[in-house]
Amino acid sequence: MTRHEQDFELDPYVPESIQRWRAERRKAMSLDRRHFIKVTGLTGGGLVLGLGASAPDVVRAQAGADVFEANPFVQVRPDNTIVIFSKNPDVGQGVKTAMPMIVAEELDVDWEQVVVEQADIDQSRYGVQIAGGSTSIPSNWMSLRQAGATARAMLVAAAELELGVDAAELTTESGHVIHEASSRRLSYGELAERASTLPVPDPVSLTLKARPDWKLLGRRITGVDNEKIVTGQALFGIDQQLPDMVYATLVKAPAIGARPVSANLDHVKGLPGVIDAFLVERVGDPIEFGIDTAAVLPGVAIVANSTWATFKARDELEVEWDESEAASDSWSEAVAEATRLGAAQGEESLVDSGDVDTAFAEASATPEGFYTYQFASHADLEPQNCTAWFKGDSIEIWAPTQTPTMAIPAVANLLGLPEDRVTLHQLRGGGGFGRRLANDSVCEVAWIARQLGVPVKAQWSREDDMGFDYYRPGGFHSFRAALNNQGRLSAWQDHFITFGRNGRPISSANLTGREFPVNALPNARITQTLLPSGIPSGPWRAPGSNALAFAIQSFLHECSAAAGRDHLEFLLELFEDVSPPRGGGSGGFGGGGLDPARAAAVTRRAAEEAGWGRELPAGRGLGLAFYFSHRGHFAEVAEVS
Amino acid sequence: MLELNINGQTFEVGDDVDPATPLLWVLRDTLGLVGTKYGCGIGQCSACTVHINGAPLQSCQLPVERAVGQEITTIEGLAVEGELTELQQAWIDEDVAQCGYCQAGQVMRATALLAQNPNPSDADIDSFMSSNICRCGTYNRIRSAIRNAADRLAANRGSNSRGVV
Repeated sequence: MTRHEQDFELDPYVPESIQRWRAERRKAMSLDRRHFIKVTGLTGGGLVLGLGASAPDVVRAQAGADVFEANPFVQVRPDNTIVIFSKNPDVGQGVKTAMPMIVAEELDVDWEQVVVEQADIDQSRYGVQIAGGSTSIPSNWMSLRQAGATARAMLVAAAELELGVDAAELTTESGHVIHEASSRRLSYGELAERASTLPVPDPVSLTLKARPDWKLLGRRITGVDNEKIVTGQALFGIDQQLPDMVYATLVKAPAIGARPVSANLDHVKGLPGVIDAFLVERVGDPIEFGIDTAAVLPGVAIVANSTWATFKARDELEVEWDESEAASDSWSEAVAEATRLGAAQGEESLVDSGDVDTAFAEASATPEGFYTYQFASHADLEPQNCTAWFKGDSIEIWAPTQTPTMAIPAVANLLGLPEDRVTLHQLRGGGGFGRRLANDSVCEVAWIARQLGVPVKAQWSREDDMGFDYYRPGGFHSFRAALNNQGRLSAWQDHFITFGRNGRPISSANLTGREFPVNALPNARITQTLLPSGIPSGPWRAPGSNALAFAIQSFLHECSAAAGRDHLEFLLELFEDVSPPRGGGSGGFGGGGLDPARAAAVTRRAAEEAGWGRELPAGRGLGLAFYFSHRGHFAEVAEVS
Repeated sequence: MLELNINGQTFEVGDDVDPATPLLWVLRDTLGLVGTKYGCGIGQCSACTVHINGAPLQSCQLPVERAVGQEITTIEGLAVEGELTELQQAWIDEDVAQCGYCQAGQVMRATALLAQNPNPSDADIDSFMSSNICRCGTYNRIRSAIRNAADRLAANRGSNSRGVV
């Protein structure tokens, strides 16, 4: 078993389908690490270094004309411009800047000579390309460093031949190889063509830079798209324009599960600017969240010569909907039901450790708390949209998706095309927050485009975007805790009331039960009850954590208050009991877990900087919370009036 | 046929465009000026902010026929001959943007603020900018960038160089 495989553990808050893709990719990489990096020549001179997931047959160093098309990862151009392709989507998390910085660091070039381009979407060369689970940097860290270091090593090897000196006498700096003894200096651009004829070194054999030698990493570099952003250049999905492009909007059935029976299509087709209007039946399962799901919501598509014409036409659209199978979920009923259920234990046991009953029987205080959080839309500021051009036996797509690698099979399945007939161009997303993990907007436009034969942009209105989301699921926690006569937490109980379908929690409505402080306590009882739901749900930024942090940490504070204890002291005491020391916690992956020493350090620091314990005017107070998520230890102090 | 004066240039909008169409969609779909963004369409988020005769306005709320004869400035028109304004440069230096989608509207609004109040306090900034929503929550850096630009402009005025916001 390789180190990568050992490190892999299921993260409860990242969709399993994403983790499956990631695991497959890691496996492919570890099987064939030597062949991970390939190098090819660049037409017109220069070095192209590609990053391949698992393609042993294409690994060769050669100067060929065709390979220019082969999704290069690093290009060294004769004028010493370094083009670095950033593989993953950028939806505001900054990876379009951060990932190339890692390559540039090991390549030893100045940021000023780097040009960053968004990579093509091609799994055979880049592996999985996604923005999800906060993994772009940790998952790609080593491969990006190796990509830069490999290119550098080959440029040094080229200089060795060019200058007739030993590599040990050569150093690199700012995109140049330097032979100090003879004061000679060659730019990478000058060496590129020769380097492209040399064998590719085994990346594992290369010495990577030591941290004190970093020049770029750790520095704040302004985002590579910032100038385009402040000058209004086309960048986002919604900005895509094509010759002869038409505009579409799908008026989706207002009740989840409803379908259109008929509509005043003839009237709509006669409205200004309208080109076509037609009913769209449901395709696949658009309710269940899935990153590679081939599905389309039912509704009425309106195609027109401008976005505004589609929006105006929908005002006059009259549809007869069949709501016989529509969901009739009611939030107020769910709240009432959860409140009633919270008084007792749940149907399913998630954690049952130690002797909770005895701890409660012997407790000197037993605080209780009932916490509620609602369904929430992602509310990306750029309403969902996508552009597609169906050409009979192929389709070209321009998408601000977070999961382009999965959009391709989704569209291929939807249209019955081979995957190699689906081309996807990655555009910047005006916010993601997990909303663009789902490729529903991509499938929708592909389905509409299939009937048109010209490029079409399907634009969701703001109301569509809020109304047809894969929502962060709501939930309820009925907490009870036992405090012993020393004011220490001795037992923890949580009846988690969440939403389910087919006997399982809906997407992102699950709980592992291992969240701190359960892993610090000998006695814990976590139970779960599912309320039926027909609502689409999915991951929302920091899935799980975004609701659990507030509920669990707030109740913990209620516990220390009930014990008459200082909350900082109370938390620090709990960290000492975290067991096993490096296990448990939520949202950790790759073997990462809650580290009690770091937890204590970050909490102490936050308390110190906020002046925890200081005198405050009447009516004001300080709150302190800790949380562990996605390998990160967080502490926060709020002053509340 | 409508004639629009946008960023100092004259644009013609044909009869196939309904004169009641919001300026936002004429800019984006008809004229290809896609820097101005659609966020809500109901004047609530201000991602679509442009200047009409120097004053900030939500272009999703202005029928194009009412923009005729006005001086319209969009995000594409702030930099003159490729030279960024101090505010645009401050925005880059402070690395304000996260997803960047609201930022055109933010920059347009902030440009108008500095034009009428060259030395705004934090409270002035928060109050004036409160109309513009940023889903990523870049408000602290927006404030820093505006302060930064105000300082640069003050320094420029001191040295008699151009004081373009």
